[in-house]
Amino acid sequence: MKRTLLALGLSGALLTSGLAFAEDAATTTAAPDAVAMADTAQPIPAPAAVGAPAEAAPVVAAAAPAAEAAPAEAEKPKVDRGDTAWLLIATALVLMMTLPGLALFYGGMVRKKNVLGTMMHSLSAAAVVTIVWVVIGYSLAFGNGVSEGLAPYIGGFDRILLSGVAVDQLWTDAAGTAYTIPETLFMVFQMTFAIITVAIMAGSFAERMKFSAFLTFVALWVVVVYAPIAHWVWHAKGWLFGAGALDFAGGTVVHINSGIAGLVAAYVIGRRVGLGREPMAPHNLVLTVVGAGLLWVGWFGFNAGSWLGADGRSAMAMVVTQVAAAAAALAWLASERIARGRASVLGGASGAIAGLVAITPASGYVDASGALVIGLLAGVICFWGTTGLKRLLKADDSLDAFGLHGIGGIAGAILTAFFATEAVTGGVPVVLPLAQQLWVQVEGVLATIVYSGIMTFILLKIVDVIIGLRVSEEEEREGLDVSQHGERVE
Amino acid sequence: MKLVTAVVKPFKLDDVREALSDIGVQGITVTEVKGFGRQKGHTELYRGAEYVVDFLPKVKIDIAIRDEMVEQVIEAITRVASTGKIGDGKIFVSNLEQVIRIRTGETGPDAV
Repeated sequence: MKRTLLALGLSGALLTSGLAFAEDAATTTAAPDAVAMADTAQPIPAPAAVGAPAEAAPVVAAAAPAAEAAPAEAEKPKVDRGDTAWLLIATALVLMMTLPGLALFYGGMVRKKNVLGTMMHSLSAAAVVTIVWVVIGYSLAFGNGVSEGLAPYIGGFDRILLSGVAVDQLWTDAAGTAYTIPETLFMVFQMTFAIITVAIMAGSFAERMKFSAFLTFVALWVVVVYAPIAHWVWHAKGWLFGAGALDFAGGTVVHINSGIAGLVAAYVIGRRVGLGREPMAPHNLVLTVVGAGLLWVGWFGFNAGSWLGADGRSAMAMVVTQVAAAAAALAWLASERIARGRASVLGGASGAIAGLVAITPASGYVDASGALVIGLLAGVICFWGTTGLKRLLKADDSLDAFGLHGIGGIAGAILTAFFATEAVTGGVPVVLPLAQQLWVQVEGVLATIVYSGIMTFILLKIVDVIIGLRVSEEEEREGLDVSQHGERVE
Repeated sequence: MKLVTAVVKPFKLDDVREALSDIGVQGITVTEVKGFGRQKGHTELYRGAEYVVDFLPKVKIDIAIRDEMVEQVIEAITRVASTGKIGDGKIFVSNLEQVIRIRTGETGPDAV
């Protein structure tokens, strides 16, 4: 019965998207409207969706449409091989962060009987999210099909299966800014962000979720939770983007989102059997450290790649990423030494990740000194997030998706308001006065927490009814490797 | 025939093997085990979670020998495996009912 419902549901979803695709295939994609730039009062494009515009001069709202049409014809934007080459690599780096980065990072931290099941979360996330993104996710996040009224909240169906995108078509955002990379590349780059968001979230319910439920939940989550939030923050018509929220590479979209969703899932699915009584120590921290290394290196693609170009801005993003990671690692180690008497290897790895998470929203807007402070604070705050706060929350967030990514993302989003500077951004984007910027950042944080929290809860309940979220106690004791996949690591 | 089972600290394995070889013992079986007696365990800390680990790694050595050799074997092991600190281990001596050499089919003391 459950399987029948599931099959019907999936078929229905595919059918609907298929119909929408058929409708929109007839409509040509509207050409970037240069006039729209002059008319809207939007601030200069901010985050990842708008990285390195083809024209160096930022859009000025007062420019006359006629004057704009002339330059557009004279310097027709084209593919920049340097930008494209870097973004191709960046995409690969971000995928590497999930496979094998996060797979190893998380895999080493669980008990041996669950290592394969845990790595499978990353592996299957990559597979499922890829398909969902190509079919519908990208379109909902970055498409333009819906009415003007809905445009701040969701994309459209105009980009289903990349319809309307020619091979050599440049990525052009909804404000008309043309970039120097192909749209296909922008799509796949963004895909790797969706993939890792899901993989991060999976850490919260490690060691006890049914595999079939995981796959189903993930597919729905990308469509219902990830795509809309990405749209709000990174689409040129998104409401948070329009309000001036600064989130360069995904502090809200990726980290707060996955963190809060993971926390909710940990509450809904429940604690692991035997927690607190039975040993659940990491079975192999070698894997975890290797994973952390891959995540750290891959993060250059994540942050520096979010500029969508290869120049001084992306180099600066790389620099601040590195500084924050290093500062946070040391801060965490110091915190541990003071609080517990010893600096641990897991602490060093976790600290570096904390810094990388916190710098993510800020990476395109701050300088090295800002990164230093952000990193040091993130190390301490996330240390608390995975110890003191975790005890307070009483959820079994097994691998600290919330403590590390949720808290780190929140800290980073807030600190961005304090350290973003036009000395780095040069007005692209505009940095609002502190009080204003801080409020917008808080808005972004709250919106993500509320929407992700509520919708994740609903999706989990739906999947629980149709399939059942949790393995049986016997299966949990046996271990997911054997019970879910029929495999074992000796 | 007797089965002498010695549980010792892992780093003492080589010393024990040499000492036994010196007195003419020709074969032993070694297993890695965990255990504790009076030696306390330790606490491990992973992020916020504390784990008390009672079990300590040890090495178990099984030696099948003729009755005449028992005293020598016990003396040899005790001499080299002792550090004087808690956790040195124990030796158990039990009767061995039968021993068979698989290759030749020999039984009894000849097979030891």
